Amino acid sequence: MASKRKRKTSKPAKLNGGRLSFHGWRRENGRVGVRNHVIILPLDDLSNAACEAVANQVKGTIAIPHAYGRLQFGADLELFFRTIIGTGSNPNVAAVVVIGIEEGWTKRIVDGIAKTGKPVTGFGIEGNGDLMTVAKAARAAKEYLQWASELEREECSISDLWVSTKCGESDTTTGLASCPTVGNMYDKLIPRGIYGVFGETSEITGAEHIAKARAINSKIGDKWMKVWQAYENEVIQAHKTDDLSESQPTKGNIAGGLTTIEEKALGNLEKIGRKCRYIDVLEPAEAPANGPGLYYMDTSSAAAECVTLMAAAGYAVHTFPTGQGNIIGNPVIPVIKISGNPRTVRTMSEHIDLDVSGILRRDMTIPAAGDALIDMIIRTANGRLTSAETLGHREFVLTKLYRSA
Amino acid sequence: MAIPHLLVHDKKDTVGVIVIEGLKAGTNMLGVVTANDSTFHLKARMDVPIGHKVALVDIKKGETVWKYGHDIGKAVADIKKGEHVHVHNVKTKKW
Repeated sequence: MASKRKRKTSKPAKLNGGRLSFHGWRRENGRVGVRNHVIILPLDDLSNAACEAVANQVKGTIAIPHAYGRLQFGADLELFFRTIIGTGSNPNVAAVVVIGIEEGWTKRIVDGIAKTGKPVTGFGIEGNGDLMTVAKAARAAKEYLQWASELEREECSISDLWVSTKCGESDTTTGLASCPTVGNMYDKLIPRGIYGVFGETSEITGAEHIAKARAINSKIGDKWMKVWQAYENEVIQAHKTDDLSESQPTKGNIAGGLTTIEEKALGNLEKIGRKCRYIDVLEPAEAPANGPGLYYMDTSSAAAECVTLMAAAGYAVHTFPTGQGNIIGNPVIPVIKISGNPRTVRTMSEHIDLDVSGILRRDMTIPAAGDALIDMIIRTANGRLTSAETLGHREFVLTKLYRSA
Repeated sequence: MAIPHLLVHDKKDTVGVIVIEGLKAGTNMLGVVTANDSTFHLKARMDVPIGHKVALVDIKKGETVWKYGHDIGKAVADIKKGEHVHVHNVKTKKW
């Protein structure tokens, strides 16, 4: 039997006063990425086939198929463009090929991504057909891929890292172990100048008074409460047919021992630690614009929807606590799984990047778990593939505000 | 410290979480309150799966259930100390 190979990378500097750094790709706009993807991005559902054909031909590129992009309007259309343009603009993406059914909206996406300064080209299918489009797009993709393959990583300060969080298939162990681990990481890294973000608006229900009090000031706290109340009124109360049990909390949450939304919300909020305060409230997929710090983003609590929105806002690494074993990944950002549930760590080990079940046995402290997560974040930023990346999890799900025209 | 059977977030809480697999009825459980590391013992009245909750005190129908030092819902049945607490006897007050 082969022995376990020791990893070559040295441990990051100790936290107490030591300098923390990682090696990433500094993009044209100054943002730093931890992956070097060339993506093939469809404008719309109709263009998925051409994008997948290009990615199949040009190995090493990633197609990001999705279900929408047709006949959307108003705020829903704005969110659609913000999410697609944001995904292409993410610093983990080196270059982008966009394919759309027609050239107008395709150009709108190309122009949006081009503001970052990165290489991007668009192709319209109408008047050309799939085969001609695939041939031209594949040639562009091949050139981008070879160009990107020669870009080099450079040493960057930890303050260049944007780290998002959202938990999934939570249970009572997430509130005891994996969520406080993320909270401890934020309490240590936010003061070092990173950007953080948490969201999941309906999942703060029952803890909204606590979330409001964690704003940097009462103005931002009021802004947060307005967002929470709008979700409560316009989404939950407007459409509910029962107490949402089995939807929120989910069937998996309940199997794991969570009983009510209030209990789930209190565990969820453990992800923002004890000290840090959020400095602004973002629209879904909106890039933070008020400098380093922790932000709140108005999102649904469905894992892929939420992570897709955070990646579109520019976050480069995601921390994902799970209890029962959510297996989500993302096409452009690495998703680090943290679990404190010993049964999940044992039965689903191929999905878990960081085991913090020692917290339940009282042989691991939360500060030690926070340090282990920081170590894993830096290893991931330096290139270690997450479990989700190795297993090909690329869930990309657009948030839809209402039906298309 | 011995490995606890049961963790409690806050001293105000009326429920705790089973953190070991295969807990059997009748076990004299070691509990730890994580807020202050204090310990206590409680007898399990039934088999309870890992991650599920037990009552730390007798809870009457209609009473608020406390966890993290906060309100997590209301009892919809009488619950005895040491009994399993879940969707069959506790409901949300929110939705």
